[in-house]
Amino acid sequence: MELLLQQVMAGLANGAIYALMALAVVMIYQAIDHLNFAQGEMAMFSTFIAWQLIQWGQPYWAAFAITVVLSFLGGVAIERILFKPIHNAPILAQLGAFIALFSILNSSAGEIWNFTIKSFPTPFGMEPLLGERLISTHEAGMIGVTAVILGLLYLFFRGSRLGLAMRAAAANPESARLVGIRVGWMIALGWGMSAAIGAVAGMLIAPVVFLEPNMMLGVLLYGFSGAVLGGLSSPGGAVAGGFAVGVIENLAGTFVPYFGRELKLSIALVVIVAVLLVRPAGLFGRAVVSRV
Amino acid sequence: MRLPPDKTVAIEGPAAARHGAALTRPSGRLLAIAAMVVAAALVPLIATNFVIFQLTLVMVYGLAILGLNLLTGINGQFSLGHSAFYGIGAYTAAILMDKIDLGYVWTLPCAGAVCFLVGLLFGLPALRLQGLYLALATFALAAALPQILKFGPLEDFTGGVQGIVLLKPDPPAGVPLNPDQWLYYFTLAVLLAMLAGAANLVNSRTGRALMAIRDHPIAAAAMGINPALYKTVTFGLSAFYTGVAGALGAIAVQFVAPDSFGFLLSVSFLVGLVIGGVGSIPGSLVGGLFVLYVPNIAERVSTGLAGAIYGVILLLVIFVMPSGAAGFTRLALARATAWRAR
Repeated sequence: MELLLQQVMAGLANGAIYALMALAVVMIYQAIDHLNFAQGEMAMFSTFIAWQLIQWGQPYWAAFAITVVLSFLGGVAIERILFKPIHNAPILAQLGAFIALFSILNSSAGEIWNFTIKSFPTPFGMEPLLGERLISTHEAGMIGVTAVILGLLYLFFRGSRLGLAMRAAAANPESARLVGIRVGWMIALGWGMSAAIGAVAGMLIAPVVFLEPNMMLGVLLYGFSGAVLGGLSSPGGAVAGGFAVGVIENLAGTFVPYFGRELKLSIALVVIVAVLLVRPAGLFGRAVVSRV
Repeated sequence: MRLPPDKTVAIEGPAAARHGAALTRPSGRLLAIAAMVVAAALVPLIATNFVIFQLTLVMVYGLAILGLNLLTGINGQFSLGHSAFYGIGAYTAAILMDKIDLGYVWTLPCAGAVCFLVGLLFGLPALRLQGLYLALATFALAAALPQILKFGPLEDFTGGVQGIVLLKPDPPAGVPLNPDQWLYYFTLAVLLAMLAGAANLVNSRTGRALMAIRDHPIAAAAMGINPALYKTVTFGLSAFYTGVAGALGAIAVQFVAPDSFGFLLSVSFLVGLVIGGVGSIPGSLVGGLFVLYVPNIAERVSTGLAGAIYGVILLLVIFVMPSGAAGFTRLALARATAWRAR
């Protein structure tokens, strides 16, 4: 029982990372209707910027804020410069462009900051919380930050005019344009917000997985799985899915005898696919009904 | 994710642009194909062994991309899992050659059959999923295969992390070719046969049914097409093509190891598909050229920034030809015809 509780908590802590990444995935999916393969690399690049700022003597929270703002602007710039011109290209061509962006960011980060592993500071400390070794303060901090971001997003999308405009642009671009919403800029805004959320995720993950150009590949895959499991049309679902993936992975590694540890990623994916077979639009997603 | 409706699937090579409007007639098209086959047959007589080896791999990748194209371009099902089919084909061939000394020629049908079966089985759950959800399910396959190949109890067969080393097949007695040249011609023959098969399939009643399912599944079902049957069989067929490519690849490289068949290989196939043109059969070969040569070129320009240069080249190509080499050629031909008519 002790072991189970401990593994669930550890899973939730990992899950917080996946949940943040899943949230970034869903943000951009809402705006452009498909997955950004370069999401993880954008987050990695942002984290390196934060690391550089800290190296130059900025205090942690200043570096944090500057990085979030820079990432937001970077996300908007990438949409305006790279993806607006090929807005009408076939979907698979846009997918190719994501792969290109992935490759460019990964390789440039390696060239600028090299591939040696760097440690990244945490503002929460790494002490054990609750007296036992269930969960560290940093992990609790990650879960807290995820909850705060989710709350802010909820308020933004439910309560503000801009959030409403973004939802309208995603749900029905033509009608949104007719009532005077600038759909193109709403998409750019979606990119910016997704890049900013990714930056926060990267900075929170870096103390755990250590900073290096390839740190986000695995995390993005888990985040993507979480987003799909929760349902791509639902931000809350994506967060829940991210936590669920973290817990499933940890429990599979501990409790499935014989091959659990070696194949835990495969087991987690099999579980996800099994869930999708029962609910093809994810746990909390809405099934799309098309009119014929 | 809806795939782009790519209406015409025509046989057009990259050499087509030179022939201009002649290609709009079937005889011109046949001439272009014949010219390319002759050119492909003459290359090994003048090229170095290394170039011959590279071109063999181009054909292998082209064949694998053709498999993906049948599924994604023709039938509209998205897959990130084709590295797994390629890997299963490669390992089937390697294990058969290593353990029971089967002749390399016979490993191709075996690899194809195994992959067809796996693809068919995977096509069943895929029926429930669409777009990104299908992408995740197929990704699971791609992520799982290297782990399964490394899995301890299977090491007797798979060789574990070390993989399996193979011998290069010798040309049959009396044929005055070196092993590289022989392998090139062998691959070329297999490729031509499978290209012809794919072209026949696409231009048949079945092919039209597959494209109808891609463009509008509900309307296709209303016309009496059985989407479930066609989609699963296409999954199997696509896996068959990619599996045969994997077996050929294993024979050509003479080595298989788990980590060469990971998710990144699937991404390469996807890039090749986009560059060649989604839904174009000859475009798959252009994709094979890109997948093999562009990373090498990028590496030569700058070792440190190779990935960035690769990305920039990929972006430029996508900006110039968003619908791939096939779409670009089609557009160029249409312009040339219009210009002549003036």
